[in-house]
Amino acid sequence: MFHCFRRGQKKLSRECSDCGSDKGMLKDGNQVLTQVPKGCRCRIRRHMAHGAIRQRLLDLGFVPNAEVEMVRCATLGDPLEMRLGDYYVTLRKREADLIEVQDA
Amino acid sequence: MSSETKNILIGLAGQQNAGKSTMFNMLTGATQHIANYPGVTIDKKVGSYRDDEGRVEIVDLPGTYSLTSYSLEERVARDFLLQETPHAIVNVIDASSLRRGLYFTFQVLEMSFPVVMALNMVDVAEANGRKVDHEKLSQLLGVKVIPTVGRKKRGKGELRQAIRETVNEKGSQDPGERFQVFYEELEEKVVAITSLLGASGTMSEALPLRWLAVKLLEGDSEARRIVQQQHQEAEAVLGSVDAAIQSFQDEMDISPADHIVSCRDRLAASIVEQCVEVSAVHTVRTSEKIDRVLLHRGLAPIFLVLTVYLIYELSIVQGYKLTFLTWPALAWVRATVAGFLPDPGLLQDTILRTLPLWMMDSVNTLLNYVPVFLILFALIAILEDSGYMARIAFILDRVFQSFGLHGQSTLPFILGGVFTGGCAVPGIMATKGIPDERSRLATILTVPYMNCLAKIPLYTLLVNIYFTAHKSYVMLFISTITIIMAMIVAKLLTSTILYGRETAPFVMEMPNYHMPTMTGVLRRAFDRTWIYIKKVGTIVVAVAICVYVLLQFPGLPEDRMAHYEQQMDGAIAGFQQDIQGTAYADILQHEDRILQLLNISATYREAKLAASTQEASRAVDVRYEAKHPELFPLLRPRDAEARSVSRSLRSLANERSNLRGQIREETIVHSYFGRVGRALEPVTQYAGFDWKINVALISSFAARESSVATLGVLFQEGVDENITLEERMERESEAGGRTPLHALALMLFFALYPPCLATTIMVKVQTGSYKWMLFSIAFPTVFGLAVVSGVFTLGSLFNVSGIQAMGIFYVAALATAIVLSLMEDPAWKRQRSNIVGTKEA
Repeated sequence: MFHCFRRGQKKLSRECSDCGSDKGMLKDGNQVLTQVPKGCRCRIRRHMAHGAIRQRLLDLGFVPNAEVEMVRCATLGDPLEMRLGDYYVTLRKREADLIEVQDA
Repeated sequence: MSSETKNILIGLAGQQNAGKSTMFNMLTGATQHIANYPGVTIDKKVGSYRDDEGRVEIVDLPGTYSLTSYSLEERVARDFLLQETPHAIVNVIDASSLRRGLYFTFQVLEMSFPVVMALNMVDVAEANGRKVDHEKLSQLLGVKVIPTVGRKKRGKGELRQAIRETVNEKGSQDPGERFQVFYEELEEKVVAITSLLGASGTMSEALPLRWLAVKLLEGDSEARRIVQQQHQEAEAVLGSVDAAIQSFQDEMDISPADHIVSCRDRLAASIVEQCVEVSAVHTVRTSEKIDRVLLHRGLAPIFLVLTVYLIYELSIVQGYKLTFLTWPALAWVRATVAGFLPDPGLLQDTILRTLPLWMMDSVNTLLNYVPVFLILFALIAILEDSGYMARIAFILDRVFQSFGLHGQSTLPFILGGVFTGGCAVPGIMATKGIPDERSRLATILTVPYMNCLAKIPLYTLLVNIYFTAHKSYVMLFISTITIIMAMIVAKLLTSTILYGRETAPFVMEMPNYHMPTMTGVLRRAFDRTWIYIKKVGTIVVAVAICVYVLLQFPGLPEDRMAHYEQQMDGAIAGFQQDIQGTAYADILQHEDRILQLLNISATYREAKLAASTQEASRAVDVRYEAKHPELFPLLRPRDAEARSVSRSLRSLANERSNLRGQIREETIVHSYFGRVGRALEPVTQYAGFDWKINVALISSFAARESSVATLGVLFQEGVDENITLEERMERESEAGGRTPLHALALMLFFALYPPCLATTIMVKVQTGSYKWMLFSIAFPTVFGLAVVSGVFTLGSLFNVSGIQAMGIFYVAALATAIVLSLMEDPAWKRQRSNIVGTKEA
């Protein structure tokens, strides 16, 4: 949680250069959505979720290749709010962890 | 087509937040009613209007993002489309998020329904720099597209006209020309399966085959069920579907379901590109600018607390002041009703008088809260319509999540009265919006722990007696301990008996901020208040009768009654002796006359008290003098003789009310409830409850309000001295050795007590099962009794004072809650092991 606070202060600069995350990259150079810092953009690669969760994410526009911008996290660090094209969607970290992304 | 009147059925469909309800209101106006879809708890709103050719009936379908079988809403919407086959679908789309809205449109078109698209909120989209070319869109999709602004009623006429035209043109369109999503590499398989399905003659008439084929390839369970039920060679068809899915997966390294979604998305994207003219690129929407302040990480909780405080202040505090204005009206109704009923008897009233008055009192106590609820519900409607409610869910979700609840549990908890004041009935109704089945059940079962308005009088009573020195601490304790306990219970339930229920992710679209409309807010406020009033009108009256019977029967044994009658006779004889020799002795010779005089003097005193001005008071005098010219001098004695008679009369009246009080108490002792209350004493003694408290608690199951009233009847001693219930209970508690610890136990139990009857019925309605209803009664009783017995027994054992016990309990509860919140959600553990499992496989 404190980690998230620290990051929250950094992002004021709206810079994307400090995207480095302590979680590290997945082996094929991809990240999961939770690793995307505030204000940064990424592109969806694939879902690791199944069934209802997957369907719900697809319905809300988390389709492969869609561009996502991380907007903010709530006061307690979870859930996350992000922008998909022209609308805003909230997602819990545990679901965002299931979305594999790559740099936009 | 012919000119005869043609009634048609239209389904209104669209995604959440697209402005479907406003569109529904715009089209149908005031003529609408709420029904239920068969077998489920989702409301079915039906409305209608007339146009030149006949009646148009509109059904508002649940807001869904797509038509899969994953959620209840989607299943309901889909079943409606398949089974009631409306003549056309009005697809409401938010012009600002056209791309995502189109996914839904594609699915409806795939089901080959005639569609009219209401392109809603075009004004907002244009203000955000997105101009939609609706003619181009209409051309691309092959459906009529009407730009509308639901809140300003723009586009109403055009939409109605388009609906009629679309229905009339139905069938004239060549199927080949109809809009279709082209599924690229999958297309071949879609066509093959469509023709397989078409082999069954009955099926091709009843269902859109291409849609079914696509659904089968998506792996939709509901679609498979349909095939199994309706296709003669179901096994063969499903076999080739599975083979097609497998071969596509092998060939393309992507599941057909994913492929279908991305085809739709690409098509939607290309349509948007062709139809939407973006003038201001990368402008930040206004709502986002507001959110930068309201949802700022540090400031968000402050704004939230301010909002909740404002709601509390305006509805509970100010609303309570309003009840001072409405209460006299209710009291007047009661007095008027009392006037029509038979006069009171000397010692016992006939049931014809007591029962209606009992019902009147029960109804009045509840109706008294109507102003509070009107304000509260109007404010909550404003929160919902403006879009801030979704933000509250966003801010608080993390907290709720730790306890297995959901961000959208916020609204039910607020309605139920998180801090002080609310009602569990509308609270439980509001759980309808929670998509997560497990959280929804947990919320339904924990909302009754909130402090409903009816619990407050008992708290106030006990605090005033036992905790005068620490009033504010105790009130703070009560208002926060309930939420802590609710969270603990929610966690316990979700990780035990609700374990295994369907959970859903907290994926929520953050709606734009909207200015709420006056009519929308008022309608919702009145609707919700009306539900509350209906509860009063039906359940509470019915229950009041039962409680009355259980509290009044079988009545006093004959010898006890004879004893009281004898005492009363003695009192009357004494009175007659007193007035011997006065001018009034003649008139008051007969017992009936004395009774009449007693009753008249009672109503006279009430009328005098009610008269606020001197003129009114004089008018009362004039009225009574005209009505009872002989007896009036005794009501308002002017000479010494009358004064002495009046004095004797008063002591007679005191003696009478004293006896009546004793009779009432003894009746309850002998009543069925009294027996139950005493039978329970061996169990409840560990919680510090004696039989009187038991009776009050049992009767408060009917309606919380009655607990204080019942206590009032039970603590009768000193009623003739006109001292308050507080003082009476205090006096008795001193005699009976009752301590603040007893009071704490009672308050705690009241907080954890099972919901009132109206609420349990609402639990039945919302969960659709009697099992949950019974559970909602049994569990809190056992849990509450266990917790309270623990507190009381340990408290008395270690000889701690009430306030100390309270502090210790509070810390313990808070610690338990924090520990529980750190425990991992079992559903999440399960889900993760699934994912790991599939990865390894």
